[in-house]
Amino acid sequence: MRMKRLMLGAAALSVMAPAAMAERGTDGQLNIIYWQAPSTLNPYLSAGTKDTESASMVLEPLAGFDTAGNVIPKLAAEVPSRENGGIAEDLKSITWKLKPDLKWSDGSPVTSADVKFTADYCMNPDGGCAQLARYEGVEKIETPDDLTITIHFKEPRPNPFTAFTGSQSPVLQKAQFEACTGAAASTCTEQNFGPIGTGPWVVKEFRTNDVVTFEANPNYRDPAKPAFATAMIKGGGDAAAAARSVLETGEFDYAWNTQVAPDVLAQMKSAGKGETLAAFGTLVERLELNMTDGSSDQPEGERSTAKHPNPILSDERVRRALSMAIDRGMLNEIGYGEAGKPTCNLVPAPEAFASDNTGCLAQDVEGAKALLDEAGWVVGGDGIREKDGRRLKLVYQSPINPIRQDFQALIKQWWQDIGVETELKTIDASVFFGGDAGSPDTFQHFYADVEMYANNFDGTDPEPYLAQRVCAKMPSPETQWQGENINRFCDPEYDKLVAELGKTAEQPARGDIAKRLNDMLTKDSMSILPLIARGRFSAKSVTLGGVDMGAWDSELANTADWFRIK
Amino acid sequence: MTELNANTPLPLVPEPLPPSRGQLREIWRQFRTHRGAMVGLVVFVLILLLVGIGPLIWRIDPTYVDFRARNLGFSAAHPLGTDQLGRDTLARMMAGGRISLSVGLVAMAIALTLGSLIGLLSGYFRRLDAPLMRVTELFLALPLLPLLLLMVTLFREPLGKSLGPAGGTFLLIVIAIGATSWMQTARIVRGDVLGLKQREFITAAQSIGTSELRMLTRHVLPNVISPIMVAATLGIATAIITESALSFLGLGFPPDFPTWGRLLFDAIDQMQMYPWRVILPGMFISLAVLSVNYIGDGLRDAMDPRIRGR
Repeated sequence: MRMKRLMLGAAALSVMAPAAMAERGTDGQLNIIYWQAPSTLNPYLSAGTKDTESASMVLEPLAGFDTAGNVIPKLAAEVPSRENGGIAEDLKSITWKLKPDLKWSDGSPVTSADVKFTADYCMNPDGGCAQLARYEGVEKIETPDDLTITIHFKEPRPNPFTAFTGSQSPVLQKAQFEACTGAAASTCTEQNFGPIGTGPWVVKEFRTNDVVTFEANPNYRDPAKPAFATAMIKGGGDAAAAARSVLETGEFDYAWNTQVAPDVLAQMKSAGKGETLAAFGTLVERLELNMTDGSSDQPEGERSTAKHPNPILSDERVRRALSMAIDRGMLNEIGYGEAGKPTCNLVPAPEAFASDNTGCLAQDVEGAKALLDEAGWVVGGDGIREKDGRRLKLVYQSPINPIRQDFQALIKQWWQDIGVETELKTIDASVFFGGDAGSPDTFQHFYADVEMYANNFDGTDPEPYLAQRVCAKMPSPETQWQGENINRFCDPEYDKLVAELGKTAEQPARGDIAKRLNDMLTKDSMSILPLIARGRFSAKSVTLGGVDMGAWDSELANTADWFRIK
Repeated sequence: MTELNANTPLPLVPEPLPPSRGQLREIWRQFRTHRGAMVGLVVFVLILLLVGIGPLIWRIDPTYVDFRARNLGFSAAHPLGTDQLGRDTLARMMAGGRISLSVGLVAMAIALTLGSLIGLLSGYFRRLDAPLMRVTELFLALPLLPLLLLMVTLFREPLGKSLGPAGGTFLLIVIAIGATSWMQTARIVRGDVLGLKQREFITAAQSIGTSELRMLTRHVLPNVISPIMVAATLGIATAIITESALSFLGLGFPPDFPTWGRLLFDAIDQMQMYPWRVILPGMFISLAVLSVNYIGDGLRDAMDPRIRGR
């Protein structure tokens, strides 16, 4: 009864909301919880999402991404394109124009010198810049006048929206950071903890790994924003506690990354104090099938290298059968609910690059069995298939995480049904992703037949991501186990197509090539079995309006538009 | 306590004889008077029967996933309900108990053997005392977790290959736990042996030329059995709990081998909605540990001639 009244009240409030748009600082305090606490507000010194997103309350780039992944202007007057002359015909330079009369929060004007300084700051070889990849290939930056910035690239750049686009490469104030370049970067505590920015907020107090408080920026370019007078980002706890603080107790207005089991979440939501938001980007939970032999039968140094093809998984029919046995919809229902959706694509988004491949979604146990029969694997005495005296047995590893262990149990059973024996292995996530060349348990070593984890790509262009699967990028002892071609996929056709993608600039053509590459990895070769496209998943209070979460930029990039529904 | 009445004839060698049939009966008589120990014994035997014979009667596979039966409550088909993947909780409790209890018992046996041996040698032979005690201190100072990490990384694969994933992990875990938890027992035993050495019956035995081996097995060991029993009962509890922690860190059994500790950790997320999933394994761990502790308590009382009869 009481619940019903609350819900009705909330519904009534949301109807009245649009009338409540107010001027700056009238809506009191905005409380945000990030269960991983921010440790710095300088995104150039930390690759952590928690840090770049917290910093996006204060620092802004020239352009950002909207919810569909399109580039939208922030400090720039408009987005450069070939049509408006911002992008050169030879794709080797891009020219940005700043909005006129922009001011830093201390009142001084924003000029092209600040933008150039930021690039120099990050590209300084002694600085250890965490976002260096965004400035890769930049040859030089020219500032013909106070509002114009021209970036020259060494090579033609089909996608020039890396530097100064998105919350990972915002503009720093030259006057503040001038003394902090190179090796001094990390010693400038005062600057890194309280950067002067152009965004809607000014840092009031920063306590490392605990809490950040903000006040509205008096010099923000839109005089009506932000609606809140003060804001706070509190860190600490875990995903479940963060979700509870918004959905069940209502202590916070917004919680980042509230990834908890669907049934637990449903119970929290029944309190009626908040709602969840999901935005689907490029994060895909997948099974990588090792094309090489990772077992300890091979001598150390030759395990999981191109010298020994996998005795079982080299057969495409076996790989396809393994995929057919899996019910991806059921996996999603148990593990992710609203925060995920079943997928057959390695590149599930943005739309222009996502293949229409849905063939794997329907489970087909009988088909899988038939395919294994055809491949010569016959059912042995104990229900496990055999061929030439070898049992159809796979080692299946994954980092430790309750959802992944549930997935392992489910998939093991499905594979059992088609006569495949599975040995499960779990590895501490910090070891698995740690990249230590000396540890045999990293995902690059891949001393197993199958491994499950999630990965995504930065930004909206999948080219670098798809280029990871070329033959030359296999991790091996010679490369100190570095390299992103985790499953040791190698197809000269694929390499050729990747090279072609690097030379193609026009949009529909780029999308088509990316889709073909995606299909080669997934539905054609079945060397990667995508399972679930995982979304960003956050929670907001029912009284918080203006939230428009996308998957392509910081969740806090538009806090200027947030307001209290009264 | 050991004062002898002048009128009683002094036995020539006042040593405790090896427990004969009569003595065993006497210990059992004493043990029965300890109510807590009797309750503990009954509970422990029940748990042993449940995990030992239970799976022969209740034949559902503990790892069988049944999607249509997820998150069920208590029912005739699933007396203790099912978990988030529809696996039968009763079957998982029994399978988990088998592993947890065997790990507890075997690891305890290893720790006890090592600890008693080192304690006895160190207490009895003065020359061995200093080096053995330094070794004990060395082990006490070793950080357990990094050591286990190293052992698992180095030996999991070769052991898993020759003994199967479960057998290899079992051996690895019991050895790891046993080899890192014998130190307390060694210290306690050494202390008691040092005290015993000054007693008259030891001197008497030495004076008639009893060999060292016989001294240890016949005179010293039976007299320190009660602290060893107590250490043993505590050891089982610690071993069960250490195994749980290891499974949680991914260093323990593979995820398809349920143990009580793993069941407990797996259920934490759903604690609010399905409290039974946490309560059941927690209860079994507590019951097993408590009952073993009480049995130890009762045994000590029954076997210690100084407390006996009071």
